[in-house]
This record gives sequence, structure tokens and C-alpha cells, in this order.
Amino acid sequence: MTDILAVADHRRGELRDVSYEIITAGRQLADETGGDLHLAVISGTVDDFADKLNRDGVDAIHTVSHGEEFNHDVYTQTITQLYDELAPQYVLTPNSVNGLDYAPAVANQLDLPVVTDTIDLDNDGETLVATREMYGGKVETTNELTGGAVVTIRGAEWPAAEGTGDAAIEAFEADIDEDAVGSTVNGFEEVGGGDVDISEADLLVSIGRGIEEEENLDLIRDLADALGATLSSSRPIVDNGWLPKNRQVGQSGKVVTPDVYIAIGISGAVQHVAGMKGSDTIVAINTDPNAPIMDIADYAIVDDLFDVVPELIDEFQ
Amino acid sequence: MKILVTVKEVATVEDEFEIEGTEIAEQYLGADLNEWDDYAIEEAVQLQEDGIADEVVTVTIGPEECEQTIRQALAKGADRAVRVWDDSLEGVDLLDVNAKTEILSAVIEEEDPDLVLSGVQAGDDSFAATGVSVAENLGYQWGAVVNHLEHEFDDDDVASVRRELEGGVEELTEIDLPAVLTIQTGINEPRYASLRGIRQAQRKELDVKALADIGVDESTVESELDLTAMYEPESESDATFWEGSPEETASELGELLRDKGVAQ
Ligand SMILES: Cc1cc2nc3c(=O)[nH]c(=O)nc-3n(C[C@H](O)[C@H](O)[C@H](O)COP(=O)(O)OP(=O)(O)OC[C@H]3O[C@@H](n4cnc5c(N)ncnc54)[C@H](O)[C@@H]3O)c2cc1C
Repeated sequence: MTDILAVADHRRGELRDVSYEIITAGRQLADETGGDLHLAVISGTVDDFADKLNRDGVDAIHTVSHGEEFNHDVYTQTITQLYDELAPQYVLTPNSVNGLDYAPAVANQLDLPVVTDTIDLDNDGETLVATREMYGGKVETTNELTGGAVVTIRGAEWPAAEGTGDAAIEAFEADIDEDAVGSTVNGFEEVGGGDVDISEADLLVSIGRGIEEEENLDLIRDLADALGATLSSSRPIVDNGWLPKNRQVGQSGKVVTPDVYIAIGISGAVQHVAGMKGSDTIVAINTDPNAPIMDIADYAIVDDLFDVVPELIDEFQ
Repeated sequence: MKILVTVKEVATVEDEFEIEGTEIAEQYLGADLNEWDDYAIEEAVQLQEDGIADEVVTVTIGPEECEQTIRQALAKGADRAVRVWDDSLEGVDLLDVNAKTEILSAVIEEEDPDLVLSGVQAGDDSFAATGVSVAENLGYQWGAVVNHLEHEFDDDDVASVRRELEGGVEELTEIDLPAVLTIQTGINEPRYASLRGIRQAQRKELDVKALADIGVDESTVESELDLTAMYEPESESDATFWEGSPEETASELGELLRDKGVAQ
């Protein structure tokens, strides 16, 4: 029982980046356990996906042709059947929204522990050491377990696998119990369109929960006006209804790549960083010198935004 | 329809803190209602106000200290609460997903709700797995990361939801009941508890159960996952920290913006 079964992620006909990253993570573990790396790709144009996923390090790709899009019941049933056939030690899945919609179910059905959102994995042949964050990234922890497990990996933590592999590509006939499929996906909708496209801006003034009250947002509007910048925000500002959804930067919002991104009162949670780490220059204004945003900032002001922002407005008026 | 909401009191950490062994030293910790659960409670209460839910029950795994947080949920409109605690849970560093699943499943089985609402994740351990795990364990349907729930149910047994995927895409999904939905922030606007609500909450039923009461074996809390170390992430920061008064630091930033040619 030393093999690894990793599961690819795709949506609307496209493989998602984490599908290539999970090959790297899976290969690393398979090397450590002395096993093979099996990849499963379920639903959609699986043959086409399998060709693309056939990169260095993959030993076998199991294609499961069933429906176009993700359905968690189909994934859960298929993965448990593959598990029974292949008897891998670990099932690796992306810690994506869809990964989180089936990985815990697979773990429960197989009676395995589940470790989510891992950022590092290490196996000495017996014990798995999984590194993950707690308290919104304030601390890291190592977690050990022996035996099998379902492990979800955070996106963008492992490099994407490259090269061309020579994996055996095989169709896997999953026996799907349609009566047990209790949810139906009826479509998709893009949200967050509207007047401004923050992904086009050269200079973004982005505000987070540090602003505290809706009234205080005027201060940041004044700053954006004074600088000729576009206003964006972290999620809580949008959740509160203080700014429309098209201003949200992050995993579930927009990906932005301005010349300068000024993060004001934003802690830098992983889901926020996912949307702005590609900015050319990142400036953080935050009272907490240890906030995760500091890890990716190029410049930082450790101070109260209510003291610094008025000064900055003055500079440009 | 009966709705059950899983409610967790999460630990919050101050900006500056110290770690002792595999825990954050107690003096740097606070306690709060889990952000995601607050939205789950609000959704349940709104379903009740819309005449869809007849009863809203909360369930919490936690010691007596967390009753304050449970009362918050009751003050916002939940009808009654169940709290599960046991000496065997006292010294556990990290209650893993399987243990939470067993405990919550036992309560849910007893309560037999039509709909279970749970937060997408807990702000402290951030597993984001318990809701789906519970659903599978009970043979319920489920949906993870739900940011809209239609308050009209087809024949009372199908929920129409939106799941919030990455990159501003939402999935429109129909889910058979009974089901567990994990609720994402932004689905609604959680209310503040009114003074009247807070007064009423004091009189609402808060039932305390030990593991034996719900038929869960003590060995369940022994996690297969062993938390072996906790540390502050090594800072990869190579940021230039501007020092000085707000006037000075603002002027440094001003200069940078002019240099980059993005502001005049
Ligand atoms: C599935 C999922 C998807 C998500 N998608 C997104 C997404 O797309 N975008 C997103 O942003 N988040 C997203 N989140 C939420 C994310 O996890 C964080 O909760 C969120 O980014 C936190 O926002 P924040 O940094 O503004 O608030 P907080 O984390 O509360 O940080 C506030 C910061 O302000 C600082 N501060 C406070 N007062 C002051 C002051 N006076 N002056 C200066 N600094 C101050 C504090 O030190 C702190 O660092 C998602 C979460 C999940 C589970």
C-alpha cells in the first residue's frame, strides 16, 4: 500500500492549474513511499484531459467518462471504487471549492482521516508529516499520521509538472449508482461584472476589514481620487455590502496585476493573496508587522491607516 | 421544516503572541462566534421568518465557557441549543474531522432535521471539511461553499443553491433534502442580537450532553492526526519597512508612486 492516487480538477472544459501541481506533489510522495503515481480524471473530455496530464512522473491515468461537469456524487463513487481497486496509501485532491465538496466524503466513506489545505508533505516511508496553517495563516502546524489518508493540497504551493510523460492511459468503468446521485448542476454564472474592471487598473488602492465602519470608506475613496487610483477590496468589505462584488480581489473575486497594489488594513489571507500576488509592486499599510501580507509586500508601513492615509491624501492634493 | 445549525466558538489570536508547545499561550487568545457560522445562523433564522422553518436548533461541541457564544446564536433567533462536552474532550489538542463528524452526526440523527447549515470553515483550525463529512456519514446530501439558498423549496424536498467557485463563477445546483449546506460569508447580512433577543436567549433551552448520552464512544475523540508542532511561519518578507511618523512614511509612499509613474 504505497501508491498515490491524485485527482485532477477541471471546469467548463479546462483543466485547472492545480491539476499539474498535484502531479508534482503526488510524484514527490510516491518517490518517498516507493510507489506509483496514479492520476484520475473524471467527467468532461477525459481523453483530451489525459493527453494534457500525461507529464513527467505520472505512472497511470484513469479516465472516467461520465457527464460533462463536476458532480460530487460521481466523484465520490468513482474515487472510492478506484481506491478499492488500486489500494493506494494516499488520495490527493486539490483544496479547491470542488475538492472540498468531495474529499471529506471520500475520506468518510473509506474511513480514512482527512487533512485539508496542506502546504507541505513529507513521508519517511511510514509517517506522513503534513504542514498546514491555522488561525488565518498566523501559525503553521505539522500534523503526523500513519496509515492511509485523504489529503487536499493548496493551489500554487507546488510547481506545475512539466515535460511529456509515458503514463498508461486507461478508461476506468465506474459503476455509478444514479439513485445515489442527489444533486444536479444546472449551470454556471459569472458574477461581478459592472462599471469598473479592477483587473485593468495600473494603481489599486485596496481596503480590508481594518477600515472598521462603512462611513470610514469615504477616507479611502478620497485617497483613490487624490491618487487617480481604482478602489478595490478584500472580501469582508463586499460581504458587508459596502462595495459591489466587482471590486473584490481574490480567489473568489478578481485576479489583478496592477503596477502598484496598496493593501490597506488587509491581513493577506491566502484567498486574498491568490488574487493579487502577481502585482508588480505591493505596498502594505497595516498595524500588525507580522500580518501574512508582509510576506509578499515589497514596501510596508506598520502604522494605523487612519493616521497614514490622511497624510498621503495631503501629499497629492 | 426543521433546521439544525452547527455553531462553533473559535479561538482568536492577538497580533503579538507566544506559542507554548503545540498551542498558543492562553493569554493571547480570545473567543468568538465562528464568522462563517454567523452567516449560517442568519440564514436559518431568515428561513424561519419566511415561514419555511418551524424550528431552528443549534449544536456545539465545546466546554461550558462557550455558552456565551451559544447564547449569541439564541439571541439572534435560534429556538434552542445542544452543547456536547465531555472530560475526554478536555485535553484534546486538535479535534479532527472524524471525531467532529461522529459527535455531530449522533446529535443530528437524534434531532432528525431536514436541513443542516454549517459554516464553510472554522476560523481557527480551518479544516473546511466537517459539513461534507457529516453529510456523507449520515447519508444526507450536501453542498459545499453555498452563497445563495433559494427560500422556495420544490415540494419541500429540493434546495436550489449557488455554490461559489473560484474566479467569480457560481454553480447553480439543486440538492435533495435532507442535506447539509456549508454556508459562505456574504450569503446574507448577519444581524446583531437585539437587547430583547439577548434577554429572551437567557430563557431558551440549552441542553448539555456527554458523549455517553448521545451514544458516542470516548475512543472517537482520539485523533488519527497528531498535531506535533506549531510555529510562526518563517517570514519570507524582504519588504522595505518605512519607519517614521505617518507624515514621513506617507511621503516615502508618495515618492514611490511618483517614481513608478502611477500617481502625480
Ligand atoms: C472559500 C473561500 C473563498 C474566499 N475568497 C476570498 C476572496 O476572493 N478575497 C478575499 O479577500 N478573501 C476571501 N476569502 C476570505 C479570506 O479567508 C479572509 O477572511 C479575508 O481575505 C480577510 O479580509 P481582511 O484581510 O480584509 O480582514 P482581516 O483578516 O480581518 O484583516 C484585517 C487587517 O487589518 C489590520 N488592521 C486593523 N485595523 C487597522 C488599522 N487601523 N490600520 C491598519 N491596519 C489595520 C489588521 O492588523 C489585519 O491584518 C475567502 C474565504 C474562503 C473560505
